[in-house]
Amino acid sequence: MRYLPKSDAERRSMLASICAPSIETLFESIPEKFRLREPLKLPGPLSEAEIIDFFRARAEENSKGYASFLGAGVYSHLRSVVTDALMQRGEFLTSYTPYQAEISQGTLQAIFEFQTLMCQLTGQEVANASMYDGSTALTEAALMAGRLTGRQHIVIARSVHPEYRQVLATYAKQIGVDVREVGFTATGQLDDPALSEKIFDGAAALIVQSPNFFGVIEPVAALAENAHAHGALLITAVAEAVSLGVLRPPAEADIVALEGQSLGIAPSYGGPYLGVIATREKFVRQMPGRLAGQTTDAAGRRGFVLTLATREQHIRRERATSNICTNEALMALAATIHLCLLGREGLREMATQNLAKARFLCGELKKIPGVRQAFSGPYFNEFTLEFPRSVRMINAVLLREKIVGPLSLGVYYPELTKRAVVCATETTSRASMDRFAETVARILARPV
Amino acid sequence: MSEKTPVANSPVEDSRSAARHISRNEGLIFERSAPGKRAFELPPLDVPTVKPSAAVDASLLRDEIAGFPEVSEIEVIRHFTRLSTWNYAIDLGMYPLGSCTMKYNPRVNEFVARLEGLATEHPLQPAEVSQGCLRILQVLEKCLLEITGMDAVTLQPTAGAQGELTGLLLIRALLESRGNPRRKVLIPDSAHGTNPASVVIAGYEVQNIKSNDRGQLDTDHLREYVTDDVAALMLTNPSTIGVFEERIAEIAEILHSRGAMLYMDGANMNALAGVTRPGDFGVDVMHLNLHKTFSTPHGGGGPGAGPVLVKKILEPFLPVPRLVERADGTLALESHRPQSIGRVRAFAGNFGVLLRALAYTLAYGPGIRQATEDAVLNANYIRKNLESVYDLPYGLASMHEVVFSDARQKKNGVGTMDIAKRLIDYGFHPYTTAFPLIVPGALMIEPTESESREECDLFIAAMRAIAEEAELNPELVKTAPHSTRVGRLDETAAARKPVLRWHPKQPTELPPGIAPAVVPSA
Repeated sequence: MRYLPKSDAERRSMLASICAPSIETLFESIPEKFRLREPLKLPGPLSEAEIIDFFRARAEENSKGYASFLGAGVYSHLRSVVTDALMQRGEFLTSYTPYQAEISQGTLQAIFEFQTLMCQLTGQEVANASMYDGSTALTEAALMAGRLTGRQHIVIARSVHPEYRQVLATYAKQIGVDVREVGFTATGQLDDPALSEKIFDGAAALIVQSPNFFGVIEPVAALAENAHAHGALLITAVAEAVSLGVLRPPAEADIVALEGQSLGIAPSYGGPYLGVIATREKFVRQMPGRLAGQTTDAAGRRGFVLTLATREQHIRRERATSNICTNEALMALAATIHLCLLGREGLREMATQNLAKARFLCGELKKIPGVRQAFSGPYFNEFTLEFPRSVRMINAVLLREKIVGPLSLGVYYPELTKRAVVCATETTSRASMDRFAETVARILARPV
Repeated sequence: MSEKTPVANSPVEDSRSAARHISRNEGLIFERSAPGKRAFELPPLDVPTVKPSAAVDASLLRDEIAGFPEVSEIEVIRHFTRLSTWNYAIDLGMYPLGSCTMKYNPRVNEFVARLEGLATEHPLQPAEVSQGCLRILQVLEKCLLEITGMDAVTLQPTAGAQGELTGLLLIRALLESRGNPRRKVLIPDSAHGTNPASVVIAGYEVQNIKSNDRGQLDTDHLREYVTDDVAALMLTNPSTIGVFEERIAEIAEILHSRGAMLYMDGANMNALAGVTRPGDFGVDVMHLNLHKTFSTPHGGGGPGAGPVLVKKILEPFLPVPRLVERADGTLALESHRPQSIGRVRAFAGNFGVLLRALAYTLAYGPGIRQATEDAVLNANYIRKNLESVYDLPYGLASMHEVVFSDARQKKNGVGTMDIAKRLIDYGFHPYTTAFPLIVPGALMIEPTESESREECDLFIAAMRAIAEEAELNPELVKTAPHSTRVGRLDETAAARKPVLRWHPKQPTELPPGIAPAVVPSA
């Protein structure tokens, strides 16, 4: 087997040198009746070429050749080949968590740079070295708010990504946290007047997402003021990180839970992605996840170490701030490289192109009779449209025309079956947008 | 193998060696930055341009990001390439971190994970155009069920710790459906730190139980602990000292007789794959760490994947969505499962990691047993060759890892951390130190199947040489490493006054031709 560096003769001589008559004797501690007598029924073994063939064949069964207008927390953005080339260097790819600082300075310095970039993007003072994804970062942020305030309940906007809310619900149920949902107005923004004394009673935090699931930008500063007036923290989720290239960062939020997939990470059917928690310096000791910090060695040379580990499970066990151990370090590296490549100008330009593409597409679709923009609030690269008939039916026809249509809100909001969230990024071509708009017009022109 | 030559405490001067390079100073990327440089250009916009202030209200727009990097492509390449050379990696040599299973990460897995049609797929796209992705998940599910002997699986959890939490929530849901979720989860004192941390998030209390003097779970002791208040026992098998729990069937029976569940932490599955199956020896729930046993790259700390496998009785509670095969043979993700614990993460799991794990499994097929055998052979070979110089606190048969203690070296003031740091000078990554907690001064060594006899021999020689140094020149060991770019770093200072990010400063040196700004006096 090509991954195993031993010949049979070497195996025999190693066994002989440790006085083991056969390999079976090394497994005698397993009760005999539990030892397998037959080989496992597994496909393979496959050579490298066969493995490539297998996965190429699977790739052909997916959406190659389709145009897509899906966003909803996962975005298609340009990525430089440089990112993949660098993150595939074995020294990054095949190294462990940098506990042994002397031989992990590469990873540690990259994490320190990542933490800095995340602070710069989010307008926060500290950021951790990653969480699993946006949904779990948001959930951990909610738990963190509970520890910080000593309060139990969470108020969350219904316009936060439904799958993020589902994850929060799974965790909240076990620890007796009551999650109260608040609706949205005609702007698509959080229904601020509905934020009553009663809703806030005993709440650790108010959670919003900006741009929210409908694509609408929330007034974070005003919401922070409202939450603070009720003794609650404001947690802001950011699912489309490229928006921070042009939009005001949620600096007034107390905790930011970011999904970094947009920053140089492929959609890859759901992961691996990149969760990040960023917060105020004074909250750092309640923050989950690893942190790299700057220090010096005995000779005074600058170096980096994992620090404030007394928050973590391997030291604190049941009293840790989180059970997280393995995180998404390689994805954090990808985002670091990607942001260094984009740089100050590139990030702003990418974000501005997204504004332009989304506005063009929105304008084209709104020309179609019966199609209107569902919310009046400001948006970045996603917007919600209302169609004269069920989005599911429209999408079914679009799919036959090799178009993956926009996300039907009916999937998550039973009352919104005629609304869809449409996404256009810098990768969405004018030609595909024209074809999409023409096809939708043709579908809607037909009698039902 | 010149890089294995001990370098004592003088830096290597040979210009062809990597040491010279790693001693080169590479600042932070922010310190390289200069206004106007860029490393990435976007294609021109094919729709009318929009000024941000025309698109959204100016109050919603941000100012320039102070200190955001501005560098060229070659500078990015050099910066990260230089940083990479300061890391140790499996690709460079043996990485014997006990409990972490640092094995070879096949390159073809990286290649297939990046294929167009796989890396490009959106998790919310319709099932009609996702059959390839879903098929990959289905084949992996079947393989993992066959390897573990369990009945059903969720691939959603993102890492081992999230798998633990998911498994515990499943147990809770089942017990709740029987009327009482119970209060406590038992954890042996040899367990990973994630176990107790996960128990707390699942809403349970941790009850620690002591291992016996052989490092095994004492069944008489266990019998006392398993009351009607106990929901489950979380057991790592083989345990963190690398020993199979010989009385596993009895353990399962004790739990089951009181209506409690046996949870197996599958972190050490690399000792079992193809040899025995947890589903056959009484395990009710378990998780696998695909970034350990199934070779997906650790990447400096992640990503991972922590699938959870269960017996039939727990299946209704698995997280949504579930992968289902329809009557026509097509696959879909289904969310309507009224008894499900819900979602543990957005979307379909770490697909890119799952895909790599399948590529690994397909490469071996039934031959995965050979990998297990080689891993166990390597651990026993190292044990045999080091047990005369290092203290072996528990003498039971080792499986995939061996745990020594620093008891003998401690007499000369040399601890496990010192030995570990000295190992760096010999060209190896340290083993795991100070864990498991039941071994004071532990040296936890897991070579995996990826090491040749030659690499094992070099490691043994290094460990023996360090034992000798600990006798003759303990100071040399206590001040190691001597060959790295930086020496031991001041962790206390780092934690006392944390510096967790770079801050832009007034530039100290201005580019030529630019006059310094007038700095107002304080």
